[in-house]
Amino acid sequence: MGRKPFLPEYWLARWQTCLNNGRGSGEGARGVPLSGHVGFDSMPDQLVNKSVNHGFCFNILCVGETGLGKSTLMDTLFNTKFEGEPTQHNQPGVQLKSNTYELQESNVRLKLTVVNTVGFGDQINKEDSYKSIVEFIDTQFEAYLQEELKIKRTLHSYHDTRIHACLYFIAPTGHSLKSLDLVTMKKLDSKVNIIPIIAKSDAISKSELTKFKIKITSELVSNGVQIYQFPTDDETVAEINSTMNGHLPFAVVGSTEEVKIGNKMVRARQYPWGTVQVENENHCDFVKLREMLIRVNMEDLREQTHTRHYELYRRCKLEEMGFKDTDPDSKPFSLQETYEAKRNEFMGELQKKEEEMRQMFVQRVKEKEAELKEAEKELHEKFDRLKKLHQDEKKKLEDKKKSLDDELNGFKQKKTAAELLQAQTQQAGSSATLKKDKERKK
Amino acid sequence: MKRGSHTVSLQKEKHTSFYGNMADVGKTPVARNEKTNSEFGYVGIDAILEQMRRKAMKQGFEFNIMVVGQSGLGKSTLMNTLFKSKVSRRSLMTSEEERIPKTIEIKSISHDIEEKGVRMKLTVIDTPGFGDQINNENCWQPIMKFINVQYEQYLQEEINIERKKRIPDSRVHCCIYFIPPTGHCLRPIDIEFMRHLSKVVNIVPVIAKADTLTLEERDFFKQKIREDLRANEIDIYPQKEFDEDAEDRIINEKIREMIPFAVVGSDQEYQVNGKRLLGRKTRWGTVEVENTAHCEFAYLRDLLIRTHMQNIKDITSSIHYEMYRVRRLNENNTQPNGQQAIHANGVPEHEVLSHEM
Repeated sequence: MGRKPFLPEYWLARWQTCLNNGRGSGEGARGVPLSGHVGFDSMPDQLVNKSVNHGFCFNILCVGETGLGKSTLMDTLFNTKFEGEPTQHNQPGVQLKSNTYELQESNVRLKLTVVNTVGFGDQINKEDSYKSIVEFIDTQFEAYLQEELKIKRTLHSYHDTRIHACLYFIAPTGHSLKSLDLVTMKKLDSKVNIIPIIAKSDAISKSELTKFKIKITSELVSNGVQIYQFPTDDETVAEINSTMNGHLPFAVVGSTEEVKIGNKMVRARQYPWGTVQVENENHCDFVKLREMLIRVNMEDLREQTHTRHYELYRRCKLEEMGFKDTDPDSKPFSLQETYEAKRNEFMGELQKKEEEMRQMFVQRVKEKEAELKEAEKELHEKFDRLKKLHQDEKKKLEDKKKSLDDELNGFKQKKTAAELLQAQTQQAGSSATLKKDKERKK
Repeated sequence: MKRGSHTVSLQKEKHTSFYGNMADVGKTPVARNEKTNSEFGYVGIDAILEQMRRKAMKQGFEFNIMVVGQSGLGKSTLMNTLFKSKVSRRSLMTSEEERIPKTIEIKSISHDIEEKGVRMKLTVIDTPGFGDQINNENCWQPIMKFINVQYEQYLQEEINIERKKRIPDSRVHCCIYFIPPTGHCLRPIDIEFMRHLSKVVNIVPVIAKADTLTLEERDFFKQKIREDLRANEIDIYPQKEFDEDAEDRIINEKIREMIPFAVVGSDQEYQVNGKRLLGRKTRWGTVEVENTAHCEFAYLRDLLIRTHMQNIKDITSSIHYEMYRVRRLNENNTQPNGQQAIHANGVPEHEVLSHEM
């Protein structure tokens, strides 16, 4: 809506009456001067107080190969020792590990979530490396979208997990971006605010660094990668932001160890040939990064995430599900209820599938059971048959045995009869011979 | 940005969650409390306050205030006094409009005002004709409908696929109800109106033209009003149930003890004791508007503008608007065949859903 320029009241009243002849309600707004102190200049304070009571949340995603000093940089940025040991290099895929911390400085409470990519760049085949990252970011958007579409929602107490800033760690090769870097950044640039940084930059000399930075920026531009630009529309910070935009990507060094320089203890990395001071702007861009990320643009990062990246996700997601902005005469809230309906439909489908699978399982079990029963029955039959066979055999054998016994008995009888006869004959014979002998003698 | 002995204390490490290639996504980490770890150095987290302030100043604020009451109670004057400029409808009127309307009209006028770099779009919604008819039955209905229409507009914009970066907020944040200074108790029309509207908008009742009451009459009147409000279960701003913490409660209790504010409005300045003050000059003395011994205008102004404006807006957006949204979405789900539904507030649905037909 066009705001009318500030005019003296007199002109304004005349002009307004001409405009609103007969009409009471004004469409646009007119500027009126105040004749005293009203007091609404306290509104920013009221707003700030409310936010302080509520607390802030900020979510950073660190993407980079293992060993580039991501965790150390986080520790250095926020001046604390976040937990965790260094990760191994043998991860099978890229995982995202998220930790949330509550920090407090003076009266400001910050819920900081640091998400690390574990195993990024370690695989032999890195084609799918970016996928888990994109999925993670989308999941956070989805969670927020779900909450926003709920009927009973609690948006103001919702813990926002959407990623506000993505620090992309570039390995300090000194030459150019790796193709993995380009591909990943291209996939992420429409989903999150990317701030590329050169990690472990104490490995590069100053002259190499300038060439490296130029090469990186030109590669990003030629590949159409949109990195986060610090905003230059607010005069208070336009100057510093535009200067810093020229220093991207920041060459950082992280360290949580302290070294005594002069009479102060500073965070630094000590080498035999010298000490790299983290907070020395001549040594590295750490201070610039901290300034831009935290002290100047934290709120803008959050706002961009919500108004640009999240809106884009939301638009795409809803269009994907088949919604269009309704014309005036179509049903309102078809968005809401159809989204719910579609979701229910999807859930219903899932459930149906589950049912189907269960049915199939039950069916299979029944079949198998029937089969087994069949087999069992067969076995029983076989057993019975065999038993019968066995019994028959047995009977036969017994019969045979009986007949044999009978024969044997018969034979025995015959034998005894024969023996008796023989004995008798022998006796008769001997008596007969005796008789014969007697007769001879006479 | 001040630097000092700021310590960044790491209060708690919360739940660590793993999101693998297909792992359990969407789980939000849960907070737990443990040891404090204070380190050296200044991180600059509190700079976010400054960033927020900058953003707020750049964006500006919106505030929509509605005035309801019979004609002649000094509504327009009070608005002008509150915002120290000619923001009311009467200041823009031509002479042909100086009549009491036959039905309730709703007129809203917007102004851009600025103070110390803070820009605000103030919208004053006037309701001429309220309570002025002979038969005032259901006089609250058009107002209720207007409020719901604003909620509806906001809701429609919110559920658009392509929606604006900043949804223009025309929802009524605060409704000031003018009670005529009878000195006895609330009239049936007052009770009816407040009973229905306190459910959808923040109501701040004020005793109008309080310079006709003596201090004792005023106290008695206020007590009666509070009793009446309690007896009819009317929840006026600041509502008890939305007190966030003990500190809030203490402040709000003090306010609740003083409500309704007895106000006097004036846009004329007079010389009093060598100073030029806003007031009403009578033969027996000058009522000073901003003198708390005379009337409670200053308390009302402080409440509405200087201390609780953000809170009023928050309650409107996170409670009243959400309640409307829940009602609306549930209705849509349970009445798909377009049956006539009666709103919880008694207005037939076809009147409220004025958009779609």
